[in-house]
Amino acid sequence: MIEAHDLSKRYGDKLAVDALTFTVRPGVVTGFLGPNGAGKSTTMRMILGLDAPTAGTVRVNGRRYVEHRDPLRQVGALLEAKAVHTGRSARNHLLAVAATHGLGRRRVDEVIDLVGLREVAGRRAGGFSLGMGQRLGIAGALLGDPAVVMLDEPVNGLDPDGIRWIRGLLRGLAAEGRTVFVSSHLMSEMAQTAEHLIVVGRGRLIADVSLAEFTRRASRGTVRVRSPQATALRDLLAGPDVTITGGEPGVLDVSGLRPEAIGDRAAAAGLTLHELTPTEASLEEAFMTMTRDAVEYVGATEGADR
Amino acid sequence: MTTAAPPTTTVPTDARITVPRVVRSEWIKFRSLRSSLIMLAATVVVFAALGLGFSTFLADATIEPGTPAPPGGPSSLDPLGASLGGVNLAQLLVGTLGVLLAAGEYGTGMIRSSLAAVPTRWPVLAGKVVVLAGVVLAVLVPTTLLTFLGGQAILGDQGISLSDDGVLRAVLGTAGYLAAVGVLGAALGSLLRTTAGALTSVVALLLVVPGVVSLLPESWSERISPYLPSNAGQAFMSVGGSGDLLSPGAGAAVLAAWLVVLFGAALVLLRRRDA
Ligand SMILES: Nc1ncnc2c1ncn2[C@@H]1O[C@H](COP(=O)(O)OP(=O)(O)OP(=O)(O)O)[C@@H](O)[C@H]1O
Ligand SMILES: [Mg+2]
Repeated sequence: MIEAHDLSKRYGDKLAVDALTFTVRPGVVTGFLGPNGAGKSTTMRMILGLDAPTAGTVRVNGRRYVEHRDPLRQVGALLEAKAVHTGRSARNHLLAVAATHGLGRRRVDEVIDLVGLREVAGRRAGGFSLGMGQRLGIAGALLGDPAVVMLDEPVNGLDPDGIRWIRGLLRGLAAEGRTVFVSSHLMSEMAQTAEHLIVVGRGRLIADVSLAEFTRRASRGTVRVRSPQATALRDLLAGPDVTITGGEPGVLDVSGLRPEAIGDRAAAAGLTLHELTPTEASLEEAFMTMTRDAVEYVGATEGADR
Repeated sequence: MTTAAPPTTTVPTDARITVPRVVRSEWIKFRSLRSSLIMLAATVVVFAALGLGFSTFLADATIEPGTPAPPGGPSSLDPLGASLGGVNLAQLLVGTLGVLLAAGEYGTGMIRSSLAAVPTRWPVLAGKVVVLAGVVLAVLVPTTLLTFLGGQAILGDQGISLSDDGVLRAVLGTAGYLAAVGVLGAALGSLLRTTAGALTSVVALLLVVPGVVSLLPESWSERISPYLPSNAGQAFMSVGGSGDLLSPGAGAAVLAAWLVVLFGAALVLLRRRDA
């Protein structure tokens, strides 16, 4: 559990995080979304006590991070910037971090196997590819078998296989009852992993919603429908507020109807559907509109305040 | 696809931070970096080679009193000063070692892993200094002793004995001085956070500032000079003393004060600043 209350961070005259209040709950994957510079990494550094908040507080499992005597068992974190000495081997890096909590080679080898770095564990971390570096960071995050797993852009640099692996890992960790907090600036990525979303823009909280709710709001956009009976379906769905465009044969892009409504009507008419997808572009667009609005909103109120 | 989550774990419930564990972590960090091992080895080699070289120089030549020492050489061309004369160059190497250990964590981002694991922070820097001082002493006490003995063997009849007045103190003091310079480098590395900046400060503090001070009017330089780290060290690394230097005890106290101030400042800023 992570509880941020009125959390703010100012760098010079740049307000990077602006009075964020949110709670990240155990048992689900919570996505932390926002465009570049929204303050995600800064918030995560404050959770770990690496950066001191200008105002507000943040607690992890009931206490400030610095007050825990076993911080690695409380929170395991992957930070955006590589946090590894380039001259040290992956295994020695993990051994050094593990040693602070009295953990030894056995646990280190476990996490190395878990992230699939066994073959290269003896090599200098400085020579690692981006993806290998991310895996090493994730190994470090899991060292203490932590109650909270916090990852800053973990899919950065991972290949499709690695991305799939991360998704499974995150869901598995949440299913074990852990708090899983993952940042990304890609809505499409979060849509496949997270159950809950915390969206920020310009340091401010924009939305704190379940993915289902977010999708519902977003799917006012386009729904992609694939059916062997596309022509009949087109006639069935046609209406005053509904726009239907057809790209390839057998595929309709429907806007103005929710996926539920399309499915229900097709079922009632006995038509077969092979695909029914609120298109990713619409989620991404909804996210972009949301954050763009927030940015403009912030600008307007700031102007009005003066 | 790899399996999702750890099926078993070997993390015991008493896994928590203790200061000895942090010291152990710093020891693992130290020994797993090639750069630290290279700097340490270079310190030993340079110290021994120069000490033996200067001793040979002193043994071969008929040195008139007041003959200038070879470049980079000992501050006094006597049997003790010659055999320990490598300290002038060795101090830069061991200072670099300290700088690399501390500033290297900032340069690479490792500091964030270190401080996330130990969020109270001070044990990280304290552990680093304990390991550094311990390793340097463990390696340099034998190095200074053997180099001294080797130098005296080269000097033969001209040589002095370890049991002569103040000689053992000067020899061990040299190892202590080098450990102190290493700690000084680590403190500056932690304060300045960049290798280049910290190295410049080490060189400035040990070489440039004494040079500049000696150019000041004598009434000033006499008052400042003995309190600089290098001259405070010289006070207990030589015997017989010289009018310009403090007593050995006072020299050691002054050097310790430098360490306390720099290390203290490093601790305070480590606590206060964002990582
Ligand atoms: N140490 C710092 N000093 C000064 N400004 C900073 C610092 N760290 C972050 N900022 C600024 O604070 C703002 C938020 O940055 P942050 O890195 O937290 O964003 P982010 O949401 O993680 O972005 P991204 O998706 O690009 O990683 C940015 O405008 C950034 O320039
Ligand atoms: Mg970021």
